[in-house]
Amino acid sequence: MEALVLQAFEHFWGLFGLWEPLWALIEPVWPLVWVIIKIVAILVPLMLSVAYLTLAERKVIGYMQVRLGPNRVGPLGLLQPIADGMKLFFKEVIVPSGANKVLFFAAPVLAIAPALAAWAVVPFFDGGALANIDAGLFYVLAMTSMGIYGVIIAGWASNSKYPFLGAMRASAQMVSYEIAMGMALVTVLMVSNSLNFTDIVHAQGRGWFAGQGAGFLSWNWIPLAPMFVVYFVSGVAETNRAPFDVVEGESEIVAGHMVEYSGMAFAMFFLAEYANMILVATLTSILFLGGWLSPVGFLPDGFLWLAIKVAFFLLIYLWIRATFPRYRYDQIMRLGWKVFVPLTLVWIAVVGTWMVSPFNIFK
Amino acid sequence: MDIKTTLFYIFSTILVLAALRVVTARNPVHAVLFLVLAFFNASGLWLLLQAEFLAIALIVVYVGAVMVLFLFVVMMLDINLERLRRGFWNNLWLGGPIAVLMVVEMVAVLSARSFGLDAMPAPAPTAAGVSNTKALGVAIYTDYVYPFELASVILLVALIAAVAINLRQRRDHKSLDPARQIAVRRNERVRIVSMPVEKE
Repeated sequence: MEALVLQAFEHFWGLFGLWEPLWALIEPVWPLVWVIIKIVAILVPLMLSVAYLTLAERKVIGYMQVRLGPNRVGPLGLLQPIADGMKLFFKEVIVPSGANKVLFFAAPVLAIAPALAAWAVVPFFDGGALANIDAGLFYVLAMTSMGIYGVIIAGWASNSKYPFLGAMRASAQMVSYEIAMGMALVTVLMVSNSLNFTDIVHAQGRGWFAGQGAGFLSWNWIPLAPMFVVYFVSGVAETNRAPFDVVEGESEIVAGHMVEYSGMAFAMFFLAEYANMILVATLTSILFLGGWLSPVGFLPDGFLWLAIKVAFFLLIYLWIRATFPRYRYDQIMRLGWKVFVPLTLVWIAVVGTWMVSPFNIFK
Repeated sequence: MDIKTTLFYIFSTILVLAALRVVTARNPVHAVLFLVLAFFNASGLWLLLQAEFLAIALIVVYVGAVMVLFLFVVMMLDINLERLRRGFWNNLWLGGPIAVLMVVEMVAVLSARSFGLDAMPAPAPTAAGVSNTKALGVAIYTDYVYPFELASVILLVALIAAVAINLRQRRDHKSLDPARQIAVRRNERVRIVSMPVEKE
């Protein structure tokens, strides 16, 4: 990959006869430049996906409610996200007079930084990760648990009642569902015997069914079916999306921690929320649906499969939002602590027993 | 200075400054956030020592869970620093000697004699292919399995004790039974009354 990119650069700048002086300048810092190129190659498509996910959300929910959704800006409304972005960009950012200014502006940054940093270890195809580190799964867990600071600090620094209540709800909810999420991941790393995402995907590519050409039956979603559901539902709760969106429930606390934010400061929270949605969808695809692996033996593996799986989970996100009414707060807490946590604990014991029994299929 | 040493100095400088601000910040929320920053840089130092599992565990456990609850509590309290500081000089006769004692102890333990490079050489870099997560797991579940189990039982006892101490049964306590809520049928709650149409 690296050599290919270098060749392309050499060819392009060679056309102007500029390659020699340019390379003399870049060569000492090339590893750094290469990492930055990879970061841009991940972040630009990610931000575009976020923009078009907002359009897809409005369109999909529109169709589900027998409406058309946005269709005025550009053909089929395809330029709507850009118009929205421009609008937010030029809006005034208002700071409440009693707000703590430094923390008020630090909060959106603290929300979006972990949402982007987590992508560093996500593999998009075989060997296609920015950093293929050993403890990748654990790193993602650490980064996603950081996202809560943005919400809490936003709520506190706004010096206003609704944001504060929203922040309290958010932190209690996110801390609760993180436990179920982490426990569900424990079963995945038990059966894959690794914390490395690439190894986890490869572990799903083995098995009797994969040998028969029906790889999708070898993926983790069948043996770990309850954990698959728990993980995805916890992911929805963790990203504060409907039906767990009491954090920003319009009818109760307007927009929760984002009430006092406008313009780009608000847009940062928005970007973080959607980047987290895509992250949860991607992780679910990688951990339970075989990542970039092809479902059948006669088609090649590749990034396209991961994209299809991610799009499927994002559609489920939107589908859930268009279908279910909002949970009551005590019901959310009950689901997290009294249903998911015991279920995951039991399933860890079940998988552990299964793995030491003669019926172990995870080798 | 190679890049690792540079990083070490960056991390440790920020760590020390953040730790200082934890005790000097006037606003308790700022103090908690500086503590989070200190944890982060400590985690960075552990990463430099190739202890990636411990470094990430520090973030997950302390930054992701413990400090969130800290922040939660500190934000809800109405802390009046002026009132807290009023008794500061009265307690100096006790606090001063304790502080001096702690500094002496730390110097004795962390001095070059017992903590220098010749007493405690830099760890050999781990060979490629050795996962320190796995190494840690093996050590915990074989050599240290009893201390590990004991520690977890103590934590469990503390957890249950904390709940038991705070659990006060009230007479007028109302609680929901979700099973009964779900079992409710429409005709138990709604009565449809047919009213004859009235004409004027």
